[in-house]
Amino acid sequence: MSINASPSADPSILIEAHGLTKRYGGQIALDAVELTLRRGELTTLIGPNGAGKTTLVRLLLGLERPSSGTVCVAEGARIGYVPQRIHVDDALPITVERFLSLGGAKRTTIETVLAEVGAVRVLNAALQTVSGGEMRRVLLARALLRDPDLLVLDEPTAGVDLNGQAELYDLINAVRRQKKCAVLLISHDLHVVMAATDHVLCLNHHVCCSGAPDAVSEHPEYLALFGPKAAQTHAVYTHDHDHAHTVAGDVVPLGSEQP
Amino acid sequence: MTLDDFVVRAMIAGIGVALVAGPLGCFIVWRRMAFFGATMSHAALLGVSLAFLLNINVTLGIIGACTVTAAILLSLTRLKVLPTDALLGLLAHASLALGLVAISFQETLRVDLMSLLFGDILSVSRGDLLWILGGGAAALAVLAAIWRPLLSATVHEELALVEGVRVRLTHAAFVLVMAVVVAIAMKIVGLLLIISMLLIPPAVARRFARTPEVMAFVAALVGVLSVIGGLEASLAWDTPAGPSIVTTATILFVVSLPLSRALWRALFPKHTEAHHHDH
Repeated sequence: MSINASPSADPSILIEAHGLTKRYGGQIALDAVELTLRRGELTTLIGPNGAGKTTLVRLLLGLERPSSGTVCVAEGARIGYVPQRIHVDDALPITVERFLSLGGAKRTTIETVLAEVGAVRVLNAALQTVSGGEMRRVLLARALLRDPDLLVLDEPTAGVDLNGQAELYDLINAVRRQKKCAVLLISHDLHVVMAATDHVLCLNHHVCCSGAPDAVSEHPEYLALFGPKAAQTHAVYTHDHDHAHTVAGDVVPLGSEQP
Repeated sequence: MTLDDFVVRAMIAGIGVALVAGPLGCFIVWRRMAFFGATMSHAALLGVSLAFLLNINVTLGIIGACTVTAAILLSLTRLKVLPTDALLGLLAHASLALGLVAISFQETLRVDLMSLLFGDILSVSRGDLLWILGGGAAALAVLAAIWRPLLSATVHEELALVEGVRVRLTHAAFVLVMAVVVAIAMKIVGLLLIISMLLIPPAVARRFARTPEVMAFVAALVGVLSVIGGLEASLAWDTPAGPSIVTTATILFVVSLPLSRALWRALFPKHTEAHHHDH
């Protein structure tokens, strides 16, 4: 019924959920979900709108309690959370640097991590003036500053244009390789998911299917949810590189004057 | 200029309250809790009458009544009995009415109702001063201690929770600080005007701040200026002290508006600041 820090027998397991069920009133949002997140793996959560993806993530993060079932988090596991959006009232004056320091980090560390995600430009900007795409990078930096074992991203590319989406996914992949952390991603971008994920969990209140992308993309429940078009999607993750990477893993658009 | 002088005592008391009301008020503005604060201050009257009834210290009575009201309010909000604004209005005026009724039951009315509603800073005694400075210092210390977790939870509560901030405990401490500040500000501006001491200085400070800490500092400063200006005005023109302090703060707010600055520039073009475009 609660979030336990249980020393699991298998040290590669970061989070294990068993029989996770959540009801809101009479509505069932999640039905007996089983989930295992392993160190270093990229797991993607897909499913139609209202399928309970965000609810599942909130339960895993301990933001809500399940109606029944258990979530076990490996002892000492640090989780970095990148929320879908953040609204800061205009009445609150706060710079990106101060926002990032709220997690407890020092200025030099903040600068380094912000450079890694390619957003050092906005270090001293007011948080409210930062654009959507840059905000994602700032939020990613906040999560990375915790030096996480698991990075949880709730639709990191919602409201970002196609080029920006590809850049963000490349950045997430680069970060994951560099920091060797596990990633849990909620995503709608099926073609990207199918190309870059170790493990896919297709959710529609219950777990429709899960496994390696290739297996999932041929699963009848997956096809029923996303239609025949989805069957071809895993082949189309090819995008032209319109940017370069610095040594630090920075994503730098070509022809921009960023250092 | 000694503590025997009632003006000196009034100055010290007012400045003491302003120093903590500014930073606290910033959080009330950031968290959109203005109505919440107003409701708590209305409950203060109930605290006064209960203190007389139970024969306990008035300040403690107010802190108790405010804290209980806040607890009731938070649990009713969670139960979704009514929309929050309706609930706040209901509770504010119910507790004010209840306080007035309870006070009328006192056999001999030992309190001056007007001073409770609008403050009586010029009658601050040495004992009051001890409560105000002690309570103010304690409130400021707690606020400083919870500053980072509270700010983190104010910016994004869920992010704070995931990062291990004990959000509920921090909120509880914050509400308690509010109760203490309401109790000590009661004597200065009265329960009907307390919320303006909490809201106006941050409203002025916002225009001059790029970080939360600077805004809190400027808010405290604006509060102190309002107290000094209001008291001087009150002495010069024999106006009521509490309302004069609030009026001074309001004038500072109007002056700080961009409209006023534009007007100022139009009238005195020579005084406009030069600024360099770096982009």
